[in-house]
Amino acid sequence: MIWGVVTFPGSNCDRDCVHVLRHVLAQDVREVWHEERSLSGLDAVVLPGGFSYGDYLRAGAIAATAPVMDAVRTAAGRGVPVLGICNGFQILTEAGLLPGTLLRNRHLRFICRDVSVRVESARTPFTQRLDNGAVLRMPIAHAEGRYTASPDVLRLLESKRQVVFRYCDPDGQVLPAANPNGAARAIAGVCNRAGNVVGLMPHPERSAEGPLGSTDGRQIFESVLLAIAGVR
Amino acid sequence: MTGIAHAPPRVGVEVAPEGAPAGASGLSPEEYAAVGAALRRAPNTVELRCFAVMWSEHCAYKHSREVLRRLPTRGAGVLQGPGENAGVVEIGGGWALVWKMESHNHPSAVDPYNGAATGVGGIIRDVLAMGARPIALLDSLRCGPLDDARSRRLLAGIVGGIAGYGNSIGVPTVGGELAVDPGYRDNPLVNVACLGLVRTDRVVRGRADPPGAVLLYAGARTGRDGIGGAAFASAVLDERAEYEDRAAVQIGDPFAGKCLIEATLQALETGRVRGVQDMGAGGLACAAAEMAARADTGVVLDLYRVPLRERDMAPHEVLLSESQERMLLVTSPEDVEILAAVYRRWGLEAEVVGRVTDDGRFRAQFDDALVVDLPADLLTHAPARHVDPVPVPDPAPLAARGIAAEHALLRLLATAELAGKAPIYEQYDHMVQVRTVVRPGRDAAVLRLPEVAPAGLALTVDGNGRWCAVDPYGGALATVLEAAANLACAGAVPLAVTDCLNFASPEDPQVFWTFARAVEGIADACRALGVPVVGGNVSFYNEGPAGPILPTPVVAMVGLVPDVTTAPTVPQDDNLLVLLGAADSGLGGSLYAREFCSSLAPGFHRPNLHTAGRTLSCVREAVQRRAVALAHDVSDGGLAAALVECCLILDRGASVTLPGPVDTGALFGEEGTRVVCVVSPDDLTELQSLAATHDVPLSVLGHLEGDRFRIAGPDERVAVDLSLGRLRRAWMSLGCEAG
Repeated sequence: MIWGVVTFPGSNCDRDCVHVLRHVLAQDVREVWHEERSLSGLDAVVLPGGFSYGDYLRAGAIAATAPVMDAVRTAAGRGVPVLGICNGFQILTEAGLLPGTLLRNRHLRFICRDVSVRVESARTPFTQRLDNGAVLRMPIAHAEGRYTASPDVLRLLESKRQVVFRYCDPDGQVLPAANPNGAARAIAGVCNRAGNVVGLMPHPERSAEGPLGSTDGRQIFESVLLAIAGVR
Repeated sequence: MTGIAHAPPRVGVEVAPEGAPAGASGLSPEEYAAVGAALRRAPNTVELRCFAVMWSEHCAYKHSREVLRRLPTRGAGVLQGPGENAGVVEIGGGWALVWKMESHNHPSAVDPYNGAATGVGGIIRDVLAMGARPIALLDSLRCGPLDDARSRRLLAGIVGGIAGYGNSIGVPTVGGELAVDPGYRDNPLVNVACLGLVRTDRVVRGRADPPGAVLLYAGARTGRDGIGGAAFASAVLDERAEYEDRAAVQIGDPFAGKCLIEATLQALETGRVRGVQDMGAGGLACAAAEMAARADTGVVLDLYRVPLRERDMAPHEVLLSESQERMLLVTSPEDVEILAAVYRRWGLEAEVVGRVTDDGRFRAQFDDALVVDLPADLLTHAPARHVDPVPVPDPAPLAARGIAAEHALLRLLATAELAGKAPIYEQYDHMVQVRTVVRPGRDAAVLRLPEVAPAGLALTVDGNGRWCAVDPYGGALATVLEAAANLACAGAVPLAVTDCLNFASPEDPQVFWTFARAVEGIADACRALGVPVVGGNVSFYNEGPAGPILPTPVVAMVGLVPDVTTAPTVPQDDNLLVLLGAADSGLGGSLYAREFCSSLAPGFHRPNLHTAGRTLSCVREAVQRRAVALAHDVSDGGLAAALVECCLILDRGASVTLPGPVDTGALFGEEGTRVVCVVSPDDLTELQSLAATHDVPLSVLGHLEGDRFRIAGPDERVAVDLSLGRLRRAWMSLGCEAG
């Protein structure tokens, strides 16, 4: 299958995502520039982390209006799996492809460290290989990761199983102390109604190789391989 | 306007009145006279401002040049030593590392966030200017004691600035250090090192060559920020600095910085770039003059073609602005459009602003008028200033107060130097670029390099103003050894050193003596270890209204780890705590002396370079062979602190019996090169035979056990018996919140 990894000016995890897909998972990758208008031929799309357009105005706000986002919207509508990691998640919420928004962390500081997240919905192409309740160890690195939405939207997310990941302790317990940024309902990742667009704050590409401390993140990419194989 | 011979053509530029403006420009009367004598005319005001910046201590190394010649700068694999934008050392497989550290002390005193942020931006561009992708940062920070709200605010701003810039541009900050002293209260130190990676056949240099080539300005526009920043960095801060010197501080734009990195690397990939230099201290003038002087060519700048973000900027402002995120490229006229297109794709400016000549002149035109016409090498070669050094007498010994060991240990663990730095490094993205194998908080950070797999690089930055205050030579020597010990604990062979030499005014003969002695210490230690110093900087005039800073040479060392892929051994409860190396147990310059004695005074026994070298080889080999589960060097806080840190890293208690008397010196002395190892009983024989081969003293001090930390003497009298939880609480108390 062919993956697309989008680079906006200011993206800084694009090369890391390309590295993992190409060298760890032996996938074909097309590097997509933010001014491109078509994503045809791609089987999955990744919006990587970073500080697109310097995160000026609001994190992800300017990138959400980039030419490539129309193509992302079209691809998402066709059911192509789209993964937004960190800044990519912020862009997807700003673009209206995912519900809610990401505010400054509770303590107003950038946080970089490992966290545990629990898989809450194995129905997405990115979690299909995992079991509900599985615990993944992955790093976070963000200043604006506090997921927020209106009470109605939060209720709907829960009832439609759109909460994909929740911060938890290493044993899978969702506790206030395990919530690094104050996210509503400890939400670390969500999906759209159809389930093919997923955004999460932790970085699966940073936890895909043993020497870096964890290979849990790899399963998120591998799930898509399974999902695409199942479709074909 | 009298007595001027050979007056160059100029319109609208005042000729500086003879003699008078020397004080205002920062030049001494002798230097002003030297300019006039060399030119055989008075400089005009634009030229004078160029001299003020280019002949500042910061740019010209007037006081330090002679002394710095003592440093060893050559060695196997050194492709570029000092004198360029950064040092370059071959690491095999067709790859080289680029290594450079710089200070941004004065700007950080005035505007901590922007001062520190632009310190990161500046050092990254130095590495980029050699053709390398920046892959890691280290930060060495010093400020006033953190019980003072102003120092906490300053530190919070500095850390915020490093995070704000480094995180955004996607270069991980993988390690660093922090120390406090009242001397740093008004003059904090911000030293940032950057590591880059470049293919050996892609190394570029800051040379304006050949004549006929053009100068391509690339990056952000030029504004009025940072004008005269280099001169500002070469003066003593006073009480008004915080309010009055803001215009001398640059404002960074990390977004433009990130685009500049990617665009410049893509421009270099085209193979059409002949030379590159970043426009940092001294701005366009300094970059162009240095590039011409290195290549023995000349340059003509068209100032009206420089992209500006403010209207009506004067010629000297355009020349000397230190606006950030700008590079100067040398290329042939036919390749300009190819390179300019790369930069414009990233939303950056790209304009031809001058050309290379063969006449050795540094000239600048503004609206068709020639406003600067100087010999390029005059501008880049300020006359050296000589100071007769006067030794600082040894401080008188003072007795330590009797403090209970447990109380002392808990208090030491809570100091800024020893306390866990997670509140700082968790604000830095230390994982981006997916290379970080050993994260911040250990002796050295380790990065994997898939380019030369399975090898990797270990990095550390170390400084110790206390040791150097007591003995500048021995303290600097011990600083280098500590950096080497940190690398040995990661199993790394040292490859290169870069240093920041932070001192007070060199015009003070005692400060100058201290500086010279410290450089000798670095030189002797580097020579003994066979490590070249490939670059760095000198920061003088670090004093506030309350007085000078401690003499603070800071050393950043990088080394090669042959194999980073093997998983480390997991420690078990019966693992032994073993000490390699031996030392006198004096308290001179120790953290204990600072906390509990009336001065740092009581002596400092210099480490023996021979025994230290053997200890480091032994540790390195043991780590490489996986004969130890953990190695950690004895430094701030002495043996007691090193043992506790091992326990905190492994989350296990320990029971330790010291072979000699358990006095404050044995517990908290920081002398010598000593390393604590955690060893499985099965591996002890191997470690013992390694120690015997290298002729290194080895003593088994105890073993890991339970959740209490105990130290007893040979008479079984217990000096320390504390729970790991209590130790951890003390260690996790770093207060660096603003407010």
